[in-house]
Amino acid sequence: MFSGFMTNAWATATIVAVVAGVVGYFVVLRGAAFPAHAIPKGAFAGAAGAALLGISTLIGLAVFSLLGALAIGTLGRRGRNDVVTALTLVMMLALGAAFLSRTTQYEPEIYSLLFGQILGVSTTQILPIAALGAACIGATTILYRPLTLSSTVPEIAEANGIRGYRIEITFLIVVALATTMTVPVTGALLIFSLMIGPPAAARSFTSRPALAMALSVAIALVTVWAAIAASYQYNWPIGFFVGTLAALSYGIGRGWGAWRRTRNGSGQAAELPRQPATDRA
Amino acid sequence: MHQLLTAVSGPGFFASPQVHTAASIGAVVAIVSAVTGVFTVMRGQSFAGHALGDVSAAGGSGALLIGLTPLAGFVGAGIAGAGVMDMIGVQRLRGRDLATGIVLGAALGCSALFLYLGTTSGSATGATQQILFGSIFTTTPGTLTAVAILGALALASLAAIARPLLLATVSPDIAAARGAPVRLTGLLFMLALAVSVALSALAIGALLSTALLIGPPAAALRLAKTVPGALVTACLTGVAATWLGILLAYDSYYWGPGHHSLPVSFFIVAIIFATYLAADLLAARGARRRAATPVTGEADQDKVTA
Repeated sequence: MFSGFMTNAWATATIVAVVAGVVGYFVVLRGAAFPAHAIPKGAFAGAAGAALLGISTLIGLAVFSLLGALAIGTLGRRGRNDVVTALTLVMMLALGAAFLSRTTQYEPEIYSLLFGQILGVSTTQILPIAALGAACIGATTILYRPLTLSSTVPEIAEANGIRGYRIEITFLIVVALATTMTVPVTGALLIFSLMIGPPAAARSFTSRPALAMALSVAIALVTVWAAIAASYQYNWPIGFFVGTLAALSYGIGRGWGAWRRTRNGSGQAAELPRQPATDRA
Repeated sequence: MHQLLTAVSGPGFFASPQVHTAASIGAVVAIVSAVTGVFTVMRGQSFAGHALGDVSAAGGSGALLIGLTPLAGFVGAGIAGAGVMDMIGVQRLRGRDLATGIVLGAALGCSALFLYLGTTSGSATGATQQILFGSIFTTTPGTLTAVAILGALALASLAAIARPLLLATVSPDIAAARGAPVRLTGLLFMLALAVSVALSALAIGALLSTALLIGPPAAALRLAKTVPGALVTACLTGVAATWLGILLAYDSYYWGPGHHSLPVSFFIVAIIFATYLAADLLAARGARRRAATPVTGEADQDKVTA
């Protein structure tokens, strides 16, 4: 389980889990689950376009995920955020459908691009993945303070001169970068599970940002490692294990939160400091 | 006249039985989606509307594995998914999207497994693509009946809860103060949404299902001043986009020398996307003009979308 090509799988999975845990923490904090789903899924169309033009898949993914992030960010400034996200996603997918109709050689690859082929990672793929991952972590570290402020108390952030719109665009670009590096490995659909489940679970356990982020990375790592081991053992797709284990970790987090609230009596102040009333209008 | 129609539509368009089925099933789905979609967009539940398409598609591929009809799988998984989303989703908008994401992630994982098991047993070729995009040209008249009946059911239940639902959507606090069952209407709405989305995902694919659910209603809500106005505009836009898309896809076979037709979903989505952008620009210009004139407009569309 730990020899030969499996070494590559363990290494990439670890990078992916760390990035998903860190970026995902802010995805959950900002309530950006929909863009986090739409950007990877739409970027898949870019891979189809790249196959049509005969260029590297990674370029197609990068172009489409960045375009998607910019479209969601700029159009969402005026319109309804969720509506714009949905329409951007379907437009990108429709382009993907058009690309695919022009090529026949691509079809067998769709499944792996959607659901991942982590067990087939080559050594040459690890370097770009590690570089993009480091870029994502670096950007999140630099943006840590403004991102936290604008995600939890947007009014105070604005008063401190942090432009919500700029933060939103920057954050979406970070998600797009994370997408570009992870889609070829984990698949367009399952990076999303990793960005939602573990961070959401972590936030049920603690309300301290740094601790929650560390816990989020830890849960993501456990999820991915367990998924690889199970996938190797039972020969079932890794996506199944990632998706269900991520949901399971969230379920455990929710259960633990509920148990703590009943133990603390009527749950005074257990809910309030964690999520201030900052729903987007 | 006949020559003109032929010139517009390419030979054999109006005679093709496939086109008839696609046009009628497309119209039914467009209307059901438009009505459900107006509420979905107003309630800010676009993500749930999109996710339920994928969730029901997972059910569809699961149903094929155990020998059930796809319809049962689609509708069953859609309803179950909607129930779980409502159960774990807290009432806040943000928590709701998170709950949707969790359910969607688990469903996609199951999808991966079902498709994998389906392909190893050698039955589902191209199933992934079918699930992703769907196709309006492969539906049979039998699907049309099922879609029409269940669609009517979803619309009827929406009509029954329309008033408390609207109140709970526009102002949950007032609705709660008046004793309206906010939680129950929310759940009933999710179930109606699940049935509607499952049907459209089955009939025309998950991609078009989301496009028709969100696009025409969002455009209509930018322009119309009242909810009934938005409902009518959304239905008309949805049906027009669907028919025009089918026509263009049919025509595209005759474009260029290669005789490659482009997928119908591409055209329908492109038309819907362009319509939303146009409506958005129009609404923004209207808002600027109203802001420039000293008279304050009372009930503009922002009230509806707020």
